[in-house]
Amino acid sequence: MSDKKTMVDIRGAEKDFGIVMALKGVDLTVTEGEVVLIIGPSGSGKSTLLRSINRLEALTGGQIFVDGDPLVGPDADIRKIREETGMVFQDFNLFPHKTALENISLAPMKVKGKSAEEAKSIAMKLLERVGLGDRGDSYPGQLSGGQKQRVAIARALAMEPKVMLFDEPTSALDPEMVKEVLDVMLDLAREGMTMMVVSHEMGFARAAADRVVFMDEGEIVEIAPPDVIFEHPKEERTKKFLKHIL
Amino acid sequence: MAPLDKEEGTRIEVTDGALLPTRGDGRIIDSWRITIAFAILALLSLLFIAKDPYDQIFKVVIKGAPLTFGVTAGAILGSIILGLFTGLGQIARGRVLNLIAGVYVELIRGIPLLVQLIFIYFALGKFFHLDGFPAAVIALSICYGAYMGEIFRAGIQAIPQGQMEAALALGMTRGQAMRLIILPQTMKIIIPAIGNEFIAMLKDSSLVSVIALRDILRRGREHVSRTFLSLETYAVVALVYLVITLVLSKLVANMEDRMNQNER
Repeated sequence: MSDKKTMVDIRGAEKDFGIVMALKGVDLTVTEGEVVLIIGPSGSGKSTLLRSINRLEALTGGQIFVDGDPLVGPDADIRKIREETGMVFQDFNLFPHKTALENISLAPMKVKGKSAEEAKSIAMKLLERVGLGDRGDSYPGQLSGGQKQRVAIARALAMEPKVMLFDEPTSALDPEMVKEVLDVMLDLAREGMTMMVVSHEMGFARAAADRVVFMDEGEIVEIAPPDVIFEHPKEERTKKFLKHIL
Repeated sequence: MAPLDKEEGTRIEVTDGALLPTRGDGRIIDSWRITIAFAILALLSLLFIAKDPYDQIFKVVIKGAPLTFGVTAGAILGSIILGLFTGLGQIARGRVLNLIAGVYVELIRGIPLLVQLIFIYFALGKFFHLDGFPAAVIALSICYGAYMGEIFRAGIQAIPQGQMEAALALGMTRGQAMRLIILPQTMKIIIPAIGNEFIAMLKDSSLVSVIALRDILRRGREHVSRTFLSLETYAVVALVYLVITLVLSKLVANMEDRMNQNER
C-alpha cells in the first residue's frame, strides 16, 4: 500500500454546527484505488465527513487534500476539487427537467467545455455501462429508484472523477432495487475507482471494501478490514452498534 | 427531506387575483360556472334585450380592451424581469444585494398602488418625455416587480436543496447552477402564480385610467361625461372586466391542470 499515492487526506477535520460538533478532529487517509466504507449511527458525522470532502459542508477546522490539492485556504480551488470528486446522493438529486442523457452530458459540456456530440457520446457509453442504454430519453420521473440512482452514478462518472463519494446510495431504494445499484458500484470498485461510501450494506462491504471505518459522535472509533471489524470488533462502541444492524 | 415522487408539483399562490377555479371536483355547478353564467347572461340581456343605450356603451368601452391587454402584457413582462432580479437579490449571499432587494419590496408594498402609479408617472414625466403607454407599463412593472420578486423567491426556495448541491458537486458555479438547474424548475412551478398576477394586474391596470390612458375604464368615464349615463356605463364596464377575468382564470387553471398531468 505504501507505494500507492494518497488520494484523500483528511487531517483534523472539524465541523461545528453551533449546537453540535459534527466532526471532532477526524483523520483519515484514502489511497488511490481504495474502497472505504463508513458506518455509524445516525448523527455520527459520517455524511458530514463525506460532504466536507467536496465542501458541500465547509469545515470549521482542519484540512483536507484531494489528490494533493488543499480544500481550505487561499490556494484552494474548490471547483477543481469538485470536478475531480463525483458524488452520489441518497435522494439521487437528478435534474427532473432534463432527460437521463442530458443529466449526464450537462456537466461535461458546461464545466469541462466538451462539445455537445462528445458529451452525448460519453453519456451514451455511461448509460450502457450502468445498464440503461435504452433509457437515455427518459425523464427521471419515468425511472424507478434504482434506475435513477444508476443514472446519478453515470452523471458523476461523466466528469471522470478521481474519487467517488457515495452518501447512503441505497437508503432511499426499495429492497429489490438495491442490488442493481450495488452491482454497478461493485463493477466500479473492481475497475480500481477510489471510493468512499457511507452505507450499511454489509454485503457490499465484504465484497468490495478494503477498509471499514466506524464513526460515532463525530470521531473515528475504529478502522479495520471488513471481516475483521464485523467478526472481531475491538472497541465496545463498535460491538454495540454492529449488534444493532447485523 | 424532499418528497421523491411528487404526485403534484409545488404550488405557489398569491391570493391577489381572481379565484382560480378548484380543480377536479367534477361537479356541474361550481362558483365559477355560476358567476360566468350570470356575467354573460347579464351582459347579453343588456346588449340584446334592453339594447339602448347599452349596445352603444359596449361599443365605446370595448375599444379600450386592446389597451388594457397591451398595458397588462407589457407590464407582466417588465415585472417578470424585475421580479427575477428582486427574487435573486433576496436570496443572494451578498448582504448589500439582500438589502437593495428588501428595501425595494418594502417600499412598494407600503404604498398604495394608485399612489405609486401617479407618483411614478409624474416622476418619470419630470425627467423623461414618455408617452402614457410606456409610462404606464414601467409604473405597473415597478409596482408588480416587488410581488413578482416574492413569487420568484418562494419558487426558488421551493426547489429542493439537493438540486443546488448536485449541480455544485458536478463543478458548476453557483451562477450556472441557478441558470441551468434551479431557474428552469422555478419557472415551471411559478407559472400559475404568474397567471394569477396577470389577472390581478389586468384589473389593476384600470388604475392607469387616471393617467390619461384610454383603457376600458377610461373609455367608460369619457362616455359618462358625454351622456351622464353613469350607472348604465359602469355596469357594462364591470361586466366586461368580470367576463375577461373569469375566462382568464379558467385558462390559468386549465394550464395548471395540464402541467400537473405532464408532471413527470
